[in-house]
Amino acid sequence: MSTDEGSEHERPDPPEGGVPGGPGTNRSDAPTGGGPGGGGGGERLARWFSGRIGGFLVPAAAAFLAFLVGGVVVLATGHNPLGAYKAIFEGTGLNVASYFSEDSRQSAWGDLQQTLIVFTPLVLGAIAVAFAFRCGMFNIGGQGQYLVGLFAALYVGVNFDGLAAPLHILLASVAAVAAGAIWGGIAGFLKAAVGAHEVITTIMLNWIAVFGGQYLFELGGPLQGANPSVPRSETVVESAQLPEFPGSTGLQPLHIGVLVAVSALAVYYVILNRTTLGYGVRAVGFNPEAARYGGIPVGRNYFLALAISGAFAGLGGAMDVLGWKFTVATNDIQVSDVGFIGIAVALLGRNKAVGIFFAALLFAALRTGTSTRQLDAETFPPELAGNLSTMIQALIILFVGAELLIVYIWGARRRFRPAGPVRIQPGLKQ
Amino acid sequence: MSAVATERQDGRLARLTEPRSIGILGIVLGLLAFWLALPPWTVRFEGAPIAAGIAAAAAGLWAFMRDERRIGTFALVAAALGTAAAIWAQGREVSSLEGVVSVGLVAATLRYATPLAFAALGGIFSERAGVVNIGLEGMMLAGAFFGIFAAVKGEHWTVGLLGAMAAGGLLAAIHAFFSIHLRADQIVVGTAINFLALGVTGYLFRYIYKEEGTPSDVSRIPELSVPGLRDVPFLGDVIGEMSLMIWLVIILLIVGYLILFKTPTGLRLRSVGEHPKAADTVGISVFAVRYIAVISSGMLAALGGAYLSIGFVGSFNENMTVGRGFIALAAVIFGKWHPFGAAAGCLLFGFSSGLAQRLQGEADISANLLSTLPYVLTLIALVGLIGRSRPPAAVGRPYVKG
Repeated sequence: MSTDEGSEHERPDPPEGGVPGGPGTNRSDAPTGGGPGGGGGGERLARWFSGRIGGFLVPAAAAFLAFLVGGVVVLATGHNPLGAYKAIFEGTGLNVASYFSEDSRQSAWGDLQQTLIVFTPLVLGAIAVAFAFRCGMFNIGGQGQYLVGLFAALYVGVNFDGLAAPLHILLASVAAVAAGAIWGGIAGFLKAAVGAHEVITTIMLNWIAVFGGQYLFELGGPLQGANPSVPRSETVVESAQLPEFPGSTGLQPLHIGVLVAVSALAVYYVILNRTTLGYGVRAVGFNPEAARYGGIPVGRNYFLALAISGAFAGLGGAMDVLGWKFTVATNDIQVSDVGFIGIAVALLGRNKAVGIFFAALLFAALRTGTSTRQLDAETFPPELAGNLSTMIQALIILFVGAELLIVYIWGARRRFRPAGPVRIQPGLKQ
Repeated sequence: MSAVATERQDGRLARLTEPRSIGILGIVLGLLAFWLALPPWTVRFEGAPIAAGIAAAAAGLWAFMRDERRIGTFALVAAALGTAAAIWAQGREVSSLEGVVSVGLVAATLRYATPLAFAALGGIFSERAGVVNIGLEGMMLAGAFFGIFAAVKGEHWTVGLLGAMAAGGLLAAIHAFFSIHLRADQIVVGTAINFLALGVTGYLFRYIYKEEGTPSDVSRIPELSVPGLRDVPFLGDVIGEMSLMIWLVIILLIVGYLILFKTPTGLRLRSVGEHPKAADTVGISVFAVRYIAVISSGMLAALGGAYLSIGFVGSFNENMTVGRGFIALAAVIFGKWHPFGAAAGCLLFGFSSGLAQRLQGEADISANLLSTLPYVLTLIALVGLIGRSRPPAAVGRPYVKG
């Protein structure tokens, strides 16, 4: 990423304005980045970790640790962790070796398409989290924003038959973006107007979207499809379906939504780093009090950041329903967790465009590799694997947020010599 | 002495005519409009709720014009909704209304409020000590799973409660270590805890119980039959035979209140949440207090979860807490970080869940649509009250010694 970003990221954790202590909590006892192990050496190491190389190392170490702990769980429950991880990896289509052999090329390409189909909404869901993060807010509402976007795109995609294909797709996507933006904007507005904490409001909005969606498509619901005995929506008409990706094959071919997702990453980068809006968002995220003092409207940025976040998540919903699912049933709604995985993707990717790309690829691979279709139940039961990947996500979030842990483990592994003759008070007790 | 007392009396009288009080009166009138149409009153005269509604709207408007914007808006909303709901209720049979609004609704309210109250009390302890506990949801879920797991293994519900508390305490200890020692962002850690609980309980649930699910003959937390209370009019059927956990949470709320506000321990805990540096200066170990507070909050939340699995429902399902931990957190804010205030919040959400559940059988409203009620209500309550609700000063900020 660009050079000017590096200095801003001494402390890549979410800014402290995002906690109920209210904005502007950067006071005297805020952490200063002093490491354990004591003295200047720890300090320097901690700084190095959050710097350029650390920007990659900490997530990588966090992911490694998470997989390690996950492996222990697999082992403890009587399965071979290496075998399980290998089986999961084989199902992702990311094993380059399988493309060299004629027999496995076809199935590997099928798996890779599946991975990229999952990758698409994950990228968009992660941007929804990351954008709000950069404004100092923790958007847990990506799931709800994704769902309302999906419902809106579905509504437009099912109706308005007879529109020209590109126009119909565009209209459905715009509806999804608007719905997501409204859903995120509600939380942003509430934060700006009355200071309601976005973590709680977005979670409430998630559940309202889930039960509201189940209401829409339930038996007798207003948007239920033609079959009165199935709680499922109508199918998206041909003209609103996304075109297939060139060269895609199989029952669930890859759609061009993956290109939309990658472009969205570029848009995210540009908005954040090259526009006045992005400057305001980052300034508020960095220090709301200072931003206010500098004349940046803090409340307005809270609203805009969550609305834009919601727009990205809503677009993710549109890509899924216009390119892959084409319809939704009530029992799909509650089990959907794209928005939640988006949180882990954003945290692992450190809210950076490039980071999100790779993190989304990892989680999409994990999701595809652990699906019932891909994973042989003999090696490792898929119903366990799904929960295993939730566990690994949790551990990644946990570890990536605690750079000091990585420094701790690093310090325990290799003692470094103290930089100065005097050991000043260590940053941590004990 | 007496002069001070008179002055205070005058102050009280003056407060009654403040715009704020008038606005609150408007909210009450709006609710009254609806209540009039319900059993046991069942007024079938349309003028009554309309009159109450107009009075409520007038009071709301009056408060709104005098800069009590929020309370005024609330009164206006209450007036509109109350009147509309009353007119809807008047169009229905009295017998079908009695099915919804009865002593059973009180029982349902208490049942739904109890798990929330456990978690909310935990949240109060943790946040009063300066640690945000978004992980309440996960700790509840862990309590629900390990509660039933231990109850099956130990063949007794007491073992289940102990197992739940151990699991919730362990999860909270992880939360405490990361947010206190490693100074990670407390909200991120809490989110990770929630996912971790979801993954671990889901994994073990599928691994241990396979497709069959948890055994149905698990030892359940008993109902406590209190002979004397059975004779209380109207409520006797409910409070005469209530789950042990409902009694327990009532006792814990009172004990929690006493500890927090009437003992030196509570003072220490609150000082750590308000001004950790000052607490440290006078020799209170900020780290120790925070660890104890967070771990006990996990144990309390887990008890709430255990009540769900081995008390209320009798089985475990993946993600069975469905956001209750977050509603509890909202109740904490609603109750201004005070046990009794939070209990009132829990009762409000319990009531909306109970009402939603009972309306499903009686009225032709979609069950899914009604399920959104507690969440919508939480949002409204947050909007109405958060501005007036001040969190402990140091909440969410890691403490760096020295």
